[in-house]
Amino acid sequence: MHTPPNTSSTAATPNEPAAVGGSAVLAWLYVGIPLAWGVSQTFIKALALFK
Amino acid sequence: MANDSLLDRSRTIAGPGYNRWLVPPAALAIHLAIGQAYAFSVFNKPLGSLISRDADNPAPDDWTLSQIGLTFSIAIVLLGLSAALFGKWLERVGPRKAMLASSLCFGGGFLIASLGVSMHNIWLVYFGYGFVGGIGLGIGYISPVSTLIKWFPDRKGVATGMAIMGFGGGAMIGSPLATNLMAHFKDSAPQGVAPTLIVMGLIYLLFMQFGVWTIRVPADDWKPAGYVPSTEHNALITTGNVSADNAIKTPQFWLLWIVLLCNVTAGIGVLETASPLIQSVISGTEKGRGMTEPALVAAGAGFVGLLSLFNLLGRFFWSSASDKLGRKVTYAIYFGLGIILYALAPTLSHNAQLALFVVVCCVIISMYGGGFATVPAYLSDLFGKFQVGAIHGRLLTAWSTAAILGHLIVSMLTENAKASGLTGAATYQPVFYTMAGVLILGLLANLAVRPVKEQYYEKGPVTAEAGGH
Repeated sequence: MHTPPNTSSTAATPNEPAAVGGSAVLAWLYVGIPLAWGVSQTFIKALALFK
Repeated sequence: MANDSLLDRSRTIAGPGYNRWLVPPAALAIHLAIGQAYAFSVFNKPLGSLISRDADNPAPDDWTLSQIGLTFSIAIVLLGLSAALFGKWLERVGPRKAMLASSLCFGGGFLIASLGVSMHNIWLVYFGYGFVGGIGLGIGYISPVSTLIKWFPDRKGVATGMAIMGFGGGAMIGSPLATNLMAHFKDSAPQGVAPTLIVMGLIYLLFMQFGVWTIRVPADDWKPAGYVPSTEHNALITTGNVSADNAIKTPQFWLLWIVLLCNVTAGIGVLETASPLIQSVISGTEKGRGMTEPALVAAGAGFVGLLSLFNLLGRFFWSSASDKLGRKVTYAIYFGLGIILYALAPTLSHNAQLALFVVVCCVIISMYGGGFATVPAYLSDLFGKFQVGAIHGRLLTAWSTAAILGHLIVSMLTENAKASGLTGAATYQPVFYTMAGVLILGLLANLAVRPVKEQYYEKGPVTAEAGGH
């Protein structure tokens, strides 16, 4: 018998916390802030090429 | 089960409502950290003057540049070897345990290297940063790949591109971080290196824990809401699953090995010559003739920084584009366009056409980064998602080989050019022409890729413990 695919991340272990959109935003900030800092530092260094 | 630990794969299966967009940041937390490896050269001068404390006048017992550079080479070789060796283990135990192992090895490697610096024992630095840290690099690099592909079957290129973009971004964070820390500690230790390594080791160890504890694998029957696998026939996208052991028996694996080898080797040709080459090109311009030596060196460093930005952007751009274009077409662009641009670059540098030369090099490096980021999705298309992380790990030996091969080609050609009297930008012309030839080999290998024969497919359903879904 055909069963439809699970699209809601079925829990195999019920003690796993569910994440909501806010968590995703915080998660992206966690990695995005250091990355943005690194990119800005590199960009500043790269500007020397155009002076 | 009573003996399940928090690290077990079974405890990382996502709960209801888990947002799959948490997985790329978890992967990025690992890749942004281990990407620091490409900023190791920031330690070259300080490590070379630990005794003299004067980078311009090293003492006889100070470490030489080649001694120090070997640390990075060991790390990259270990990256490839550990990715190949631990790939199947990763598929069996899941991404969380692998990420934890990576964080302990990578962070611990810094701490051991710090001890080596304090004792002025280069072998301990090799063992710490090169060997132990290199194992952390390899496991960390492949740890999120198959999980991302399982979470994003509809956007494999976007997902793996985001993670592998982090590896490019890691150097951009690691370099200024190390510089600032060494400046902070310079009065308390020789050149401030040892305490910098301790602090960086601890920062990376903690930073990576976010990835360790955020990562989840999807449930067996999970699919994105509204996702319908494309019914459009594409023979290169398999419906079967091939194990890592069987994959290496296929010609497709070795063709992709050559594809990655050629793409990386050619990219190294630009990266290793970028700074001196751009200084020669600038010197040939009217404006450049009046520039001082420090200004030229700063421009060279700026060019390297600009290339890093395009390396980063290329990883995401090209990998995402491959979802629409198809992997084989995307690699055909890397090689086809690459051959033209590599062949064009020497003429532009010879004629001191600075702006065009910079644009050409930026596009070349974007495709170098794109090559790294697109390959996991290519592997998934050809071999299925069953053990794609392990297959990717084995393919990364091509990267280690290219790191050695690319460096040898560049050194040999530039030394020969200098010996035959070439000067300035002309010194590097043979490198670009040779790398165009390397890309022709890569193009032919890519064109030869055909669908994997069904005889290599796994028979029956695949299990999570064996690295399946």
